[in-house]
Amino acid sequence: MTVYLPIAEISVNLFLILGMGGLIGLLSGMFGVGGGFLITPLLIFVGIPPAVAVATVSNQITAASVSGVLAHWKRGNVDFKMGVVLLIGGIIGSVIGIWIFTLLASIGQVDLMISLSYVIFLGTIGGLMFIESINAMIKSRKGSGTRKKLHQHYWIHGLPFKMRFRKSKLYISAIMPLSIGALVGILSAIMGVGGGFVMVPAMIYLLGMPTGVVIGTSLFQIIFVTANVTLLHAISTQTVDVMLALLLMSSSVIGAQIGTRFGTKLRGEQLRGMLALLVIAVCLKLAFDLVITPDDLYTLSDGGN
Amino acid sequence: MRYACHRLVLSLLTLCAISTLSIDSVRAQSSLVTDISSHLISVTSDFTGTELLLFGAVKIDSDNEEQLSLGDVLVVVRGPEEDVVVRRKERVAGIWVNTDALEFTRVPSFYALASNRPVEEIAAPDVLNRLRIGPSRLRFGAENPEEIRLPFEEAIIRQKSRAKLYSDQETPVYFLGDTLFRTTVSIPANVPVGDYIAEFYLFRDGELLGAQSSPLFIKKSGLGRQIFDFAYDYPALYGMAAIIVAILAGWLAAAIFRKD
Repeated sequence: MTVYLPIAEISVNLFLILGMGGLIGLLSGMFGVGGGFLITPLLIFVGIPPAVAVATVSNQITAASVSGVLAHWKRGNVDFKMGVVLLIGGIIGSVIGIWIFTLLASIGQVDLMISLSYVIFLGTIGGLMFIESINAMIKSRKGSGTRKKLHQHYWIHGLPFKMRFRKSKLYISAIMPLSIGALVGILSAIMGVGGGFVMVPAMIYLLGMPTGVVIGTSLFQIIFVTANVTLLHAISTQTVDVMLALLLMSSSVIGAQIGTRFGTKLRGEQLRGMLALLVIAVCLKLAFDLVITPDDLYTLSDGGN
Repeated sequence: MRYACHRLVLSLLTLCAISTLSIDSVRAQSSLVTDISSHLISVTSDFTGTELLLFGAVKIDSDNEEQLSLGDVLVVVRGPEEDVVVRRKERVAGIWVNTDALEFTRVPSFYALASNRPVEEIAAPDVLNRLRIGPSRLRFGAENPEEIRLPFEEAIIRQKSRAKLYSDQETPVYFLGDTLFRTTVSIPANVPVGDYIAEFYLFRDGELLGAQSSPLFIKKSGLGRQIFDFAYDYPALYGMAAIIVAILAGWLAAAIFRKD
């Protein structure tokens, strides 16, 4: 059974798209990431134009994040003050990101930019996560119980404009969350991701936020950043395909519920290790595509305007 | 859209001109009556492509007994013209990067040719060139010199053919009995929407005896059409609607699974 996507202007197999949405939901339920970094390459792989994939996935992530935040909010795991500061940075970042995206689209380098940013970010984060989870596995096997400090103090803590974030138990400069928010905003506009896979490590390791409030807070600000990206893409490139977004939303929601149940049965470092391998696999695939000689050296795109 | 209409009218006029100029002398002998199975194809949300039936009859003047052969029939379906940017990749520092880009105008978004025998046997190359019969004889608008343009033009034809948007004599024209002929052109699911034109040419002994054309409209319809129009006519409202849909979907999902 096929369904015609009005903005992507192609017909796709309904069950293929639903299956992909379900799979991504499963992974995001297991690992606590939005899954945008996986679904965007998958959509491009089945023939959705990259620009449509990027814009539509940001719309889908808005839905997934709303669903996630509501669950975390009930448990009191959202630091709204931190979320708002990150968000201000995120909005600034997404405006810059859309501007870069439109500029690159006009000179024909947008596909390359999407692929390159994926390779760089997935490679770095996947590699770091993998090393970290291996270390954690070795440590837990040895059973050494040295307790870490709540968080360490770097030069970061000497910056001006300090703010107090009660829920995160932090007293830090507002510049840090602002710039992290901006970086994630740029990424989400260019790569069609919520940026959870950058945001979550940055909040834990750079800001030193307690892990409990990180995911809820990250999801909270991702709602607004991806909503903003959706709106900007709708206005400047007309590439948001609501039909495709709805299909992805409906199946990813179910997948996420199943994934959450799987996730609770596995240990934290095992989960992170598996996610790291997955991230590295996607990275290698994209890097490989950039290096091997393409079937056709020429590509067509709409001219003018 | 207005452009497309303008071009349709222009090409219709050109066709009429061709027919009146070259056919006057032979009009008495034969003429062409043609039609297509549908003048409107609706691309709905479950559209998976369709087959278009093109048919007609060759009328032969009974006084002209020596003409035993019916002649040759060529059928062409052309889609609306568009502007296309073709980019060429080159290896830069180990990875493939778009480097050169050429812009072409007047590129038919769809082109299908059917004939009862290979077109090269039907008419002389200059006639085929003039009528732009076959994908390789299309003339795209471009500013660059021929030798630079050529590989880019070939890329357009190659990729459009791969996407099933260009086809070159893949389906034959069949004759039924003495005067009737028919052929089918497959319209793929990824067909661009717009104003199309179906052209019928009658040749005999390499000479153009008649030409006919019929308009064909391919339109998005149903929900897909409404979404598309909404997205392009009111982009800001569309964006906001997309966000509201996402928020409602997320809220609904959370509400459904709350008990867990």
